[in-house]
Amino acid sequence: MKRHLLSAADLTLEDATLVLDTATELAQLTERATVKKLPTLRGRTVVNLFFEDSTRTRTSFELAAKRLSADVINFSAKGSSVSKGETLKDTALTLEAMGSDAVVVRHSWSGAPVNLSRFIRGSVINAGDGTHEHPTQALLDAYTMRQRLGRVEGLRVTIVGDILHSRVARSNVLLLSTLGADVTLVAPPTLLPTGVDAWPCAVSYDLDAVLPKSDVVMMLRVQRERMGAAYFPSTREYSRRYGLDVRRAQALSDDAIVMHPGPMVRGMEIAAEVADGLRSTIVDQVANGVSVRMAVLYLLLGGAEPAIGSDDVDAGGLR
Amino acid sequence: MSDTTSYLLQSVRPYGEGEPVDVRLVDGRVAEIGAGLTVGDSTAYDGRGGVLLPGLVDLHTHLREPGREDAETVETGTLAAALGGFTAVHAMANTDPVADTAGVVEQVWRLGRDAGHCDVAPVGAVTIGLAGEQMAELGTMADSAARVRVFSDDGHCVSDASLMRRALEYVKAFDGVIAQHAQEPRLTVGAQMNEGINSSLLGLTGWPAVAEEAIIARDCLLAAHVQSRLHVCHVSTAGSVELIRWAKGKGWDVTAEVTPHHLLLTDDLAGSYDPVFKVNPPLRTKVDVEALREGLADGTIDCVATDHAPHALEDKEAEWGAAAFGMTGLETALAVVAQTMVEPGRLTWRQVAQRLSEAPARIGRLEEHGRPIAVGEPANLCLVDPDARWTVDPAQSASRSRNTPFAGHELPTRVVATFLRGRPTVLDGRPA
Ligand SMILES: [Zn+2]
Repeated sequence: MKRHLLSAADLTLEDATLVLDTATELAQLTERATVKKLPTLRGRTVVNLFFEDSTRTRTSFELAAKRLSADVINFSAKGSSVSKGETLKDTALTLEAMGSDAVVVRHSWSGAPVNLSRFIRGSVINAGDGTHEHPTQALLDAYTMRQRLGRVEGLRVTIVGDILHSRVARSNVLLLSTLGADVTLVAPPTLLPTGVDAWPCAVSYDLDAVLPKSDVVMMLRVQRERMGAAYFPSTREYSRRYGLDVRRAQALSDDAIVMHPGPMVRGMEIAAEVADGLRSTIVDQVANGVSVRMAVLYLLLGGAEPAIGSDDVDAGGLR
Repeated sequence: MSDTTSYLLQSVRPYGEGEPVDVRLVDGRVAEIGAGLTVGDSTAYDGRGGVLLPGLVDLHTHLREPGREDAETVETGTLAAALGGFTAVHAMANTDPVADTAGVVEQVWRLGRDAGHCDVAPVGAVTIGLAGEQMAELGTMADSAARVRVFSDDGHCVSDASLMRRALEYVKAFDGVIAQHAQEPRLTVGAQMNEGINSSLLGLTGWPAVAEEAIIARDCLLAAHVQSRLHVCHVSTAGSVELIRWAKGKGWDVTAEVTPHHLLLTDDLAGSYDPVFKVNPPLRTKVDVEALREGLADGTIDCVATDHAPHALEDKEAEWGAAAFGMTGLETALAVVAQTMVEPGRLTWRQVAQRLSEAPARIGRLEEHGRPIAVGEPANLCLVDPDARWTVDPAQSASRSRNTPFAGHELPTRVVATFLRGRPTVLDGRPA
């Protein structure tokens, strides 16, 4: 594996499979154990550097690091670093001085984790950058698919919503294509980026045509503010054409699952009944997020002690 | 302003043509051209068979003074220009205060004259404060000591069609030209890079080609309607080249420039998220680069202009989205043109002289620049070693800023000497 996790494209098929397998084993271990802590990353420091609020992602990484016994520093730097007169480089040098082994970064500008990685000796993990990527979200989504459907390869995955502004969509398309799934994006043409035809996936404007042929439907949040910028005429029309309501959900095959990376806008892109229904994996996704992030931290940082006890995961060799 | 010193340039090839000759410069003019001239009272300088060109003229330079002297001053910017072979630069109006009055343009002009590295022709703002609302006193700037002929809100587009029409009409009274930064503002809200495959993957807001092309099409039609002169700044797309070719085919008085960086670099470089590659208009695709080279070769694009845009380190050492737009370019312009146009055989040195000196001087109405290399003409010249190769090192730049996108590039040809009215501003590639 590469030293940093900046993009889902950084992961080869072998890397991604290793992360998912490791996450599975870690989940089983912590489930069995009476104490939910493994000594693996004792003495290591993980910094959560959040330039943008996201309690759920930050908490997920924090839990993951703590379950591996790492020291966690939450470094909140809301707002643009430049507006405070401090550059990203200054922040990076401060973190270096703290002796951080991994920096988990969330930033409102696309590419900020890439910039940060140039100044940091440890690992940088992208926890969501602007409208670029959110690779650990894609990993936990793939993990959830595998958990519910037994595999990722060959699955027909439909991602619906604001693709243009979605870092979740970008990471998912890249990771799922690496893992061999067939991805179809569904959105109004205004919410698909120019250039999407070069992505490793199919594109459709017609949700009803795609749903019966889907094993997984991933609904993305659509912000009401997009209406103001004329991406679509009204939330009502959006819901009518692209929302997953009860009637539409009935078109799904029996085994199909419904996913949402959260936070949801109930009644907009997804009906409450569907979000809370049996097909929904939304609660699993949150739980799985911790396991997958434990696996990423473990594999990037290489624990001092074997976490899982199997010889094929050699911690020292993973840096 | 003439200098009584006399120089004898020995063994130089005007326009890179024919056998080497000697060229004598006396009292700021070319006094004699011939083989084996006697040195006499002149100071001799061995040109080693190098290419002698008319001093280069830049239609598009950001000197940053007044207002951002931490990024560049007239002194440092014009020294960088001289080292790049320029004898005249047009200083863009987006300073602080904006160059929208006779007072500011005269200040910039005087700073240039006092620095003495090259002539500074201030560009006047089209609208007060570059706000795009009310026309600045264009006539007063034209009549000032700075004799402004080029007007531009560069950095901003004069997007109001009615205002653009009036500005084009108004400057006819003093033979002015409106140099348009063609960028439809509503199509480029928050734009960060070329809109295409790369922007889609990088999650950076796209700057679509149509935002440039729509304004160029409109402005060509307006210029034709009011029979005035339009100059299009930093053309960056294949579609823009086509539109300008069409307008010229109609016989309309439209001219255009291309920057060296748009002739060489593509938006693939944004993949690094290194803001040194962030520029406005943005780097485009290979197809665009090829169309720009073609347009420059066939004369659709009249000239190369640097859009030299120095920025302080902290404005570039930021996240891509937060970083400033712009690249330096005065010291690398000729070398990039040599690499992209001369070496592949698409321009001769005589055509380089047209596109980097004669055409921009004509568009800017600079009478003493862009002149033929001939007896009696002003001795504004630059001497080029066509066989030199060098590696761009930002730390070596005379500019106060370091934001060159060509760091580490090995480029061909080197400016050996620059003469401004017969006086060397650069000798042996160093400030004279
Ligand atoms: Zn401009």
